[in-house]
Amino acid sequence: MSESKPPIAAQPPPSRERLQQARRRWLRTVLLTGGVMGAALSGFLPLVYARTKRLRPPGALDEKDFLASCIKCGQCVQVCPVQAIKLADLVDGIGVGVPYIDAREQACDFSCDAVQCILACPTGALVYKKPAFLGVRKGASLASAPILKAKEKDPEPTLNLKERIGVARLTRPEACLAIQGKGFKGQVRGASFKGRLRYMEVDRWKPIGISEHPYDVAECDLCVRECPVKGAISIETVFAPDGTKRKSPVVHEPCVGCGVCEMICPVEPTCIVIDAREVWNT
Amino acid sequence: MNAYLKRRFFDQIAVMFGREARKPPAISPRAQEIHILKRATNKERLQEAMLAHENAKKVHTWRNRRWAVLIAANLLFTFSFWFDIQILEGALTASRFIGFHLIDLNSALQVMLAHKHIIVNLVIGTGTVFVLWLVLGGRSFCSWVCPYHLVAEWAEKIHLYLVKKKLVTDQNIDRRLRTLSWIVFAVLAAATGYTVFEAISPTGILSRALIYGPALALLWVLALLVFEVFFSRRAWCRYACPIGLTYGVVGIFSPVRIKYKLDSCFHEGDCRKVCLVPHVLDTVIKGRAVDTEIPIGPDCTRCGLCVDTCPTGSLTFDVKGLSKLL
Repeated sequence: MSESKPPIAAQPPPSRERLQQARRRWLRTVLLTGGVMGAALSGFLPLVYARTKRLRPPGALDEKDFLASCIKCGQCVQVCPVQAIKLADLVDGIGVGVPYIDAREQACDFSCDAVQCILACPTGALVYKKPAFLGVRKGASLASAPILKAKEKDPEPTLNLKERIGVARLTRPEACLAIQGKGFKGQVRGASFKGRLRYMEVDRWKPIGISEHPYDVAECDLCVRECPVKGAISIETVFAPDGTKRKSPVVHEPCVGCGVCEMICPVEPTCIVIDAREVWNT
Repeated sequence: MNAYLKRRFFDQIAVMFGREARKPPAISPRAQEIHILKRATNKERLQEAMLAHENAKKVHTWRNRRWAVLIAANLLFTFSFWFDIQILEGALTASRFIGFHLIDLNSALQVMLAHKHIIVNLVIGTGTVFVLWLVLGGRSFCSWVCPYHLVAEWAEKIHLYLVKKKLVTDQNIDRRLRTLSWIVFAVLAAATGYTVFEAISPTGILSRALIYGPALALLWVLALLVFEVFFSRRAWCRYACPIGLTYGVVGIFSPVRIKYKLDSCFHEGDCRKVCLVPHVLDTVIKGRAVDTEIPIGPDCTRCGLCVDTCPTGSLTFDVKGLSKLL
């Protein structure tokens, strides 16, 4: 911008100077506008990425409504007793500051008993019950209120949750220890694994590290054993393609998609995963 | 409020939305008298001013108080989470103070526009914060709470050092841009159903980084700071941030403000040099004050830098009505 003035104009008329100043300021304004708006465009990426589904906290609205209503304050992060909820970063492409759950690292085990994250949400991005104007996808709603195994003996054993956040699916049956008839002994995810889980026989109100709770089972059934929801998964006898009988974990309708099975699976990589945002197909 | 101040009141609202500050068309007789008197005794006054200047110690009373409040407020968020003391849970966008909802006005507005559904907690939190800043001075949110304000203040020091060394110059930008960005982000939220401003809000990004740990989104904040250091002084707060405008509007009727006294002012303009929003201090320019005592307009962040800087005490904090009561 500085090459404009030839030396002849020793006494430039002030009006022209002013004009040029104004023009330069206009250019700078356009530059800053462009910069801010350009950066803002990156904020829309989550909508593009919405196809890669991420597990959201329990009670989350459908993805687009969730992104619209989340105020990105992280109060759900703060109340979670196992810190299953994390906030997304710039590169995650699912919304800066928007909460998600990485179930393999730390699943929601409902050890708060009451879906505290929903209670904490100030804007209704996480809800017990959707407002009337938002539709419920077919197969998303749970047939009945999920019964929490941990409080089965309580007067109110159910969770206040109307819709599932995903559905568990056995993705690698060939590697599943149960199907192979194998047992498991030791720490499920190694000594350095940070994930925590509530073990009722240890302490109802204090989840402990999974690495502090080694297992010794003759036939692996960890996904069934640690599933917090009653009737969501069981070991069934099934027929293999060759006609022989074998055992296999089978997911049932009450599955809410919390991800404990994905976290606890001792095989690397996991044999069972949560399909985030998936609905129940009969 | 007399007719001169009333006209200025509306004038200052227009200035907040981006109009250039300009000479007032009419000045009260009392103020005019002082203006004339000052012109007559110019030389003496100037000497007096120089003397006052030499004797004046650099004070940072209000700046220190403000930094202490700002840091304490942000640390309270952090510690509430880290040590689970549960006093102020959440982040600046939305939080709970001992269980009571507080929601940032601009974030709330974005969510309401995008989601088009307002739940009770959102109303409670927004209402509380609205009343809070209506009482405490609107944009005082910016200088007393916003974490970006503090880092931008430090970046500004580097910028001013570079300007002094003649390595950079401050490139000013059209202030109407802020109003434009407010409208654009509001329209985008309503039209796309997505709170896009929240993704780039340095206030939200910094607040979350302080509480939940650093994130890559800080790179955007860094880019803004670099822009401010090398190109345009305090550019984000001055020309772009819609949060500032939202709180500015809330502060229009706030009783807390800076008051200017024409009588004792030497018109040296030091206050305008330290001010984040110097257009609100146009009234200190020689011959511009429309009355003897003038409340500074709503775009003022009540940061108190001018109060610290003024060698004659012509700028002071004032609570409307309270001074009359005392």
